[in-house]
Amino acid sequence: MGANTTVAPPRPRAGDGTGKGASPGQPRRARDDRKAAWLFLAPALAGFALFYAYPTARGVYYSLTDYSLLDDPHFTGTENYRELIGDDQFWNALKVTGYYVVLNIGAQTVLALGLATLMHRLTRSVALRAMLLVPWLVPNVTVGLLWMWMLDANLGLVNHVLGALGVGPTGFLTSPTWAMPTVAGINVWAYTGYTALLLYAGMLQIPQHLYESASLDGAGEWRTFTRITLPLLRPVLALVLVVSLIGSFQIFDTIAVTTKGGPIGATRVIYFYIYEQAFTNFHMGYASAIAVILALLLGVLTAVQMRLLRASRSDLA
Amino acid sequence: MTRTRTGDRTHTRTHIHSRTRTRTRGRLTPGRVLAWTLMTVALVATLFPFYWMVRTALTPAADLYSDSTGPFPRHPTMINFWRVLGLTSQEEARAAGGSGAQVDFLRYLLNSVVYSGLIAFLQTLFCAMAGYAFARLRFPGRDAVFGVLIAALMVPPIFTVLPNFVLVKNLGWLNTFAGMVAPSVLMTPFAVFFLRQFFLSIPREVEEAAVLDGVGPWGVFWRVVMPMSRGPLLTIGLTTAVWAWKDYLWPLLTGREEETRVLTVALGIFQQQSPNTQPDWTGLMAGSTLSVLPVLVVLILLGRRLVESLNFTGIK
Repeated sequence: MGANTTVAPPRPRAGDGTGKGASPGQPRRARDDRKAAWLFLAPALAGFALFYAYPTARGVYYSLTDYSLLDDPHFTGTENYRELIGDDQFWNALKVTGYYVVLNIGAQTVLALGLATLMHRLTRSVALRAMLLVPWLVPNVTVGLLWMWMLDANLGLVNHVLGALGVGPTGFLTSPTWAMPTVAGINVWAYTGYTALLLYAGMLQIPQHLYESASLDGAGEWRTFTRITLPLLRPVLALVLVVSLIGSFQIFDTIAVTTKGGPIGATRVIYFYIYEQAFTNFHMGYASAIAVILALLLGVLTAVQMRLLRASRSDLA
Repeated sequence: MTRTRTGDRTHTRTHIHSRTRTRTRGRLTPGRVLAWTLMTVALVATLFPFYWMVRTALTPAADLYSDSTGPFPRHPTMINFWRVLGLTSQEEARAAGGSGAQVDFLRYLLNSVVYSGLIAFLQTLFCAMAGYAFARLRFPGRDAVFGVLIAALMVPPIFTVLPNFVLVKNLGWLNTFAGMVAPSVLMTPFAVFFLRQFFLSIPREVEEAAVLDGVGPWGVFWRVVMPMSRGPLLTIGLTTAVWAWKDYLWPLLTGREEETRVLTVALGIFQQQSPNTQPDWTGLMAGSTLSVLPVLVVLILLGRRLVESLNFTGIK
């Protein structure tokens, strides 16, 4: 096409809406947009500035101070961080959090994959899916109380059943050995249905004809699962895994209700340790320093999540 | 109808599925029997604890030691519900196993509804406005501003909780709904991102007709775009409401007092007010049941929408 074409054909607008600059014929529209845009954005920008950007800066500043919430913070440089290195409780909190994350994510992912596959191969019932979603809809506080009652050493149903089977009563949440696996188990109960539904939604995207040809080829369920479902589910599985991972690092409610970090620190996860330092011991500066470390840890995971999110949403639009 | 609601689209997709799928259905092989058995086990494991919660709530506190295993309470009673709803006198409540401290779960229920309703409604509205600006309006620095806003996803909640608490405290907003909802009503990066993605998928022609009629961006947004986006808006609104309903740490820090105490915080405080060494289990289970009831109502009214929402939002 000649470079001197006088009448440019109307360019089809890019469907993604990133059309750079207004077309030459509409300078007025572009100016109007600018004014309107900032009005549309005003609440979100105010929210971002006041409750994300400013607190982030404040948080980093607090981590460099001694701050009891009662007096003004005073600057102490990197002292909080140096103290952290020698703080056994901090290292314990990291260790305990890691233990929780491994137990929780491991069990939850395997169970949710199984449940999603069952649903995918058996039924599309919305009622069934809604029922599996109930534990996720309920506050963690309720979930924690509910299981404290079920697992109560004297009156709990679980120990009654175990007693009938000849196994002595177990203080699930009061034993240093069992407390963490129990808390992890409670949250697996609460979140597996939800995770399964996310994976199931991913399975619906897999072309059905692949399953039909596999079935014609005489492939069994296990072979179909490992050769078709699992490989094609990988992007969704990765996103779900990262999101649950980020979530499980931040476990707080269940522990605040059931064990309060005990017994003897067995469930004092990092989030709970931050809470205790800030609001029980009034070491806001120290708590902020731990929060900075946690933020750095989670930042890596969140960056991965954002990449996966972008990749998986691009076909949504 | 030219509505392109995302929900409708999935609907079609699953519908097509069902037709191709029926062929493999109905045969009763040992594998299918095993699969259904496993599914039943999963369902029972999911729902049974809720049954037990209600069963305990209907048991008189005095019977707890003698009657804590049968499938039904021997002397079913509503007294636990009445006392956590603050409908009995303090003496009656104490006689029924309570601590005698004042509880009024009806009020906490209402506070929870106000808390999650405000957050869900305003956050969805403001995020839709921002999402629309990023999707459709042209202004200098748009991509950069969007990038910065989305980068807020990287900041984990616990990190902003500490300084936000100080901020709300300094503003004198502790124990007010304003302080409790302020950090969440204006925006959340994921909702902006999600709604922008949806708005990008709307064909431009739909809006251009309105623009040619001389409608400004505000009019296009309200009269054309918002009505077309009911599905995604409900998706974001619902998941935000669920998240706010479950919220514990932030309302615990900023709304402990009676006037602003939400259900989760109330349950935690109630747990600590045990009259004796054993927690007040029957009262706790009655309160827990109340925290589940609204969830069931939502599930019954909007179950399909909620379940289908999960196809779109991987997080929250």
